[in-house]
Amino acid sequence: MLSFIGRRLLIAIPTIFVISVFVFLLQKMLPGDPVLALAGEERDPETLAALRDLYRLNDPLLVQYAHWVGNALRGDLGISLRTNQPVTDLMLAKLPVTFQLAVMALIFAVGIGIPMGILSAVRKGTWLDYIANFVALSGLSIPNFWLGILLILLVSVNLGWLPASGYMAFSVDPVRSIETMLMPAFVLGTALAAALMRHTRSAMLTVLKSDYVRTARAKGLRERIVILKHALRNALVPVVTVSALLFGELLAGAVLTEQIFSIPGFGKLIVDAVFNRDYAVVQGVVLVTSIGFIFMNILADTLYIVLNPRLRYTS
Amino acid sequence: MSTAHTFDAAGPAALKPQRRRSRVWGKLRTRPSALFGGALVVVFVLLAIFAPVLPIPGYSATDWAAIRQAPSLEYPLGTDHNGRDLLSRMIWGAQASLFAGVVSVVIAVCVGVPLGVMAGWRGGWTDATISRITEALLAVPFLILAIAFAAFLGPSLTNAMIAIGLSATPVFIRLARGQTLAVKTEDYVESARAAGVGQLPTLWRYILPNIAPPIIVQATLTVATAIIAEASLSFLGLGQQPPAPSWGAMLNNAKNFMEQAPWMAIWPGAAIFLVVLGFNLLGDGLRDALDPRET
Repeated sequence: MLSFIGRRLLIAIPTIFVISVFVFLLQKMLPGDPVLALAGEERDPETLAALRDLYRLNDPLLVQYAHWVGNALRGDLGISLRTNQPVTDLMLAKLPVTFQLAVMALIFAVGIGIPMGILSAVRKGTWLDYIANFVALSGLSIPNFWLGILLILLVSVNLGWLPASGYMAFSVDPVRSIETMLMPAFVLGTALAAALMRHTRSAMLTVLKSDYVRTARAKGLRERIVILKHALRNALVPVVTVSALLFGELLAGAVLTEQIFSIPGFGKLIVDAVFNRDYAVVQGVVLVTSIGFIFMNILADTLYIVLNPRLRYTS
Repeated sequence: MSTAHTFDAAGPAALKPQRRRSRVWGKLRTRPSALFGGALVVVFVLLAIFAPVLPIPGYSATDWAAIRQAPSLEYPLGTDHNGRDLLSRMIWGAQASLFAGVVSVVIAVCVGVPLGVMAGWRGGWTDATISRITEALLAVPFLILAIAFAAFLGPSLTNAMIAIGLSATPVFIRLARGQTLAVKTEDYVESARAAGVGQLPTLWRYILPNIAPPIIVQATLTVATAIIAEASLSFLGLGQQPPAPSWGAMLNNAKNFMEQAPWMAIWPGAAIFLVVLGFNLLGDGLRDALDPRET
């Protein structure tokens, strides 16, 4: 198992290298002189030359890249132009907020998507199956920022049940924190629930046709036991790995959800950075999100091996 | 396509396009959900095409006496915060959204498919280099990648389309590469090469037509993703710029007037939902119809 994880980590290195080159080159694509943007109103040639030296802009591109990667490996992703704070500190402050949102969204998605997938597979070809499929496809088609607006209109504006926006740290007031995150998590989890429903349905349909399920039924076991104990346990193997994979997608989905509900997380950080032309922050967020996504992929592969004993021996 | 299967050695996988089309249509006809999806798409496409000739006010025509007016006979979908007719902006918005969705996918297909075919056909270092870059780009979440491109290119509908197109490209590279690897070992391709057909004609006549079905399905589904992505970028202010209408930008305005004018938020979102649902249903139907395992 350790050698499998080691191999996957080794394979990830060239991918991370290509991403780092891409993120570095993004800034070089910018039109105009970056020093003029850094200097603001200051146009004194000596100041501009000093800034050029400070940011090593006179160095060849390869040297600039090596310097940037060296700093990134030490956790230094540059300084935010807007707040003058290190980008790493800014991201570390926002990460727990988005992580809490993503975890709550995952709980919603699993709680809705998996039972719906099981029901749909067990009742294949019935109205329940058609409705579940239509709901799932609708979940994949609905823009989550629109769903967010509709929920705010209904739950906050009309019914007054939950706050329309805002954030409270879990460590300060857990109840209030969960309350403010309920709607955003539901909105973020909808598409994931729909995807999980489709995966669960498909996996369950395959498993329900297998010999061991037929044997279990032939033994006279109750249908409930056959489905929950024999079929679901095996059908969940691919579903669990897909969940780990989709968790990475949640980080990206959080961009819009955080914008609607004014949650000061990772997604809002990148949007604010884009509008403030704070490119060091944009680079940092893209780099860290992508590396996080790669590690979620490795976790998904590892979980697949852990949960599937047949693969454990061949890995 | 008409010259696609002239070589005698063409095997069963290389069906005549006309036969394939009628078989696909025959299967598609039996799927009500796919037909419903197709009908939704057709309605929105027709609205987008005929927007200039429909009897509706201009999308930026302002009626200062009708600011944030609820739906009425005069304004069937109501007006926005500048007194503009929402029905007109919705119809013109369809043009922007569909155009962005289709152009983005055309960019992704035109860049991705040749690269994928080249990787699969040539193998070796070409394949290794293209595959590593593709894997890296696939590791960046789609929307984050589109936001990053749009941020560095600058906010506009054209740049949003380029950003979305480039972000969707890796999926097509991977798909075209995999399909090419599978098709290039088929007998009819081997026979064509043995008969002395050159590389480019082989790719054009035997590889491309036979890898097309999954690419068509993926393209249909990606139009749906691209429409949501364009709406997302416009919602964030990185896509269509005012006063030109876009469903995403309309929702962005609407969120500031949710208590006073909820109808401003309902219609653009419903339109995005319906058109994306249409493309998803059509894509699902096409996938089943083009799958040879389906009977």
